[in-house]
Amino acid sequence: MSETVIEVRGLRNQFGEQVVHEDLDLDVRRGEIIGVVGGSGSGKSVLLRSIIGLNRPRAGTVRLFGEDMARVSAAQRHAIEQRCGVLFQNGALFSSLTVAENVSMPLIERRGLPRTLIDRLAALKIGLAGLPPEAGAKFPSELSGGMVKRAALARSLALDPDILFLDEPTAGLDPIGAAAFDQLILTLRDSLGLTVFLITHDLDTLYTICDRVAVLSQRRVLINAPLAEVERQDDPWIREYFQGPRGRAAEHAALAAKRT
Amino acid sequence: MQPATATLAADGGRVTLSGDWVLAQAPALAGQVERLRPRLDASTVLDASGIGRLDTAGATLLLRLGEDAGDTARLDGLGAHQRELLDAVARAVHAPAAAPPRPNGVVELLANAGKAVENFWHDLIELVGFVGLILSELAGSVWRPRRWRVTSLFFHIEQTGLNAVPIVALLSFLVGAVVAFLGATILRDFGATVFTVELISYSFLREFGVLLTAIMVAGRSGSAFTAQIGSMKAREEVDAIRTMGLSPVQVLVLPRVLALLISMPLLSFLAMIAGIVGGAMVCVYVLDISPGMFMYRLQEMTQARHFWVGMVKAPLFAFLIAAIGCLEGFKVSGSAESVGAHTTSSVVQSIFVVILVDALAAIFFMEIGW
Ligand SMILES: Nc1ncnc2c1ncn2[C@@H]1O[C@H](COP(=O)(O)OP(=O)(O)OP(=O)(O)O)[C@@H](O)[C@H]1O
Ligand SMILES: [Mg+2]
Repeated sequence: MSETVIEVRGLRNQFGEQVVHEDLDLDVRRGEIIGVVGGSGSGKSVLLRSIIGLNRPRAGTVRLFGEDMARVSAAQRHAIEQRCGVLFQNGALFSSLTVAENVSMPLIERRGLPRTLIDRLAALKIGLAGLPPEAGAKFPSELSGGMVKRAALARSLALDPDILFLDEPTAGLDPIGAAAFDQLILTLRDSLGLTVFLITHDLDTLYTICDRVAVLSQRRVLINAPLAEVERQDDPWIREYFQGPRGRAAEHAALAAKRT
Repeated sequence: MQPATATLAADGGRVTLSGDWVLAQAPALAGQVERLRPRLDASTVLDASGIGRLDTAGATLLLRLGEDAGDTARLDGLGAHQRELLDAVARAVHAPAAAPPRPNGVVELLANAGKAVENFWHDLIELVGFVGLILSELAGSVWRPRRWRVTSLFFHIEQTGLNAVPIVALLSFLVGAVVAFLGATILRDFGATVFTVELISYSFLREFGVLLTAIMVAGRSGSAFTAQIGSMKAREEVDAIRTMGLSPVQVLVLPRVLALLISMPLLSFLAMIAGIVGGAMVCVYVLDISPGMFMYRLQEMTQARHFWVGMVKAPLFAFLIAAIGCLEGFKVSGSAESVGAHTTSSVVQSIFVVILVDALAAIFFMEIGW
């Protein structure tokens, strides 16, 4: 078994009276694509924020690359953060910078890279994310919803991170774009050994690229296993999720794609 | 992590690449690649079998190296996955957009000056139009109590009026004391220290009370209006209001304008009192004018019209500050930077307009002999 890069133990998150997570455990191994599913408001985004340290949990520990995020020094923390790329659910692009500037910013902050290389890398990330070259000069307010997602993906890839956190990356993408996105993630994972933490409602994505699926329900991770195993689980929510009309359609599509 | 290197082998026809071609090595690699490029030709073979890890930054540099060498330059020894990455990068790569040419400095200066003048003129026309819009919406809803937004109105009265009480009172008190000191210093030379009372009452009733309040309110509330409406505009919330068949002016602007119309006169009144009290303190403790004497002169020598001259300006200033604050908010486009720019502009404009109108009013009241 390969090394565990994300390790969450006994996590508890609470907002006022509302308990979002309780005694939540999760492991993610290096080089795997883990799909996180759960109903709206089940705490997927909060889990992501807790892992990358934007949300201070009430209890429990989060280890990234084996380091306890609550205990590391500021310098170590910074180094770890540089190894993470994050795509926020609503993009979180800097509204006063163009797309190209958004993508270049982390590269410029790293220092030492020549300007021409930065521009070339930024253009490359924009292209990889499936945006046309003209989009680089646009401001976030001038983008369509799907383009915002792509630009945010380009930015999250800027530093060639080791772990990619994606919060519903394919929501709002056209099906062709979503499929291309799936391929891109696979390619990056295979060649860079990327670990991907992927929150999604897109069943096609789940069936196509995820090695394992973590189901978030009842304040904790119900199961974290390969898809086939998850499907067999005897839980009403899981059954409805995967055996519902959409789940079955996606499964058929995935099977058909594998056969050809 | 191994340092990456690219060395040109002795026979010149073969370039050996080794190490990790990753972002961390990119600063050093980029220089090597640029130095190596001119020495490559179509027959050069790039031996990549020594490459350890490869990421998109490394792949970009590899492609850059291969660019001049042409298609025939073979990249030997890449793993299947690395080849896949290289292909994906090659498909995605496109030249970064060229920066637009910079116009020459003098032309730019003139153009900017022209733009500024034109913007000023447009702002003025827009402000007049917006004032008209507010008045017509106001007239439209005054007779329809159903359209009144009472909760919102009281919320804004609390924000702009009640919460401003401490700062306005303190500021006026201090300025009152300063004016008293200043007056006393000069009047003492003429043995007319006692006129300090008139100096304070005239200046605070006619000018300072309302002017200080207006400046505080412009900085506190006018800017808040712009930022609130501006960020709503940036996130399409204003459009959402419109699609619900509501008028943004009615929902967002009227409560703010009315709230300021109510709280500004009250705050001005408070400022007048605080300023006079501040002056009185100085008179009593420093200038040996007894409190009784101060009250007597205040009552005997100061006519009520001075108070009204100050007070009539309060609603006028309130209306202008609220209108400018809201209008600037609606001008915000998309970005956070734009919110900041318009908030600044809102404060500068309101203070400018307030002082301008105050000066015009001073001339007017002087001409009619008040
Ligand atoms: N900052 C916050 N303050 C209070 N409550 C919060 C906060 N952030 C999230 N919550 C609550 O935590 C719960 C989980 O939210 P979260 O954003 O993680 O949902 P989600 O699983 O990502 O849903 P979706 O699929 O719709 O994005 C929700 O009930 C939400 O109201
Ligand atoms: Mg979410």
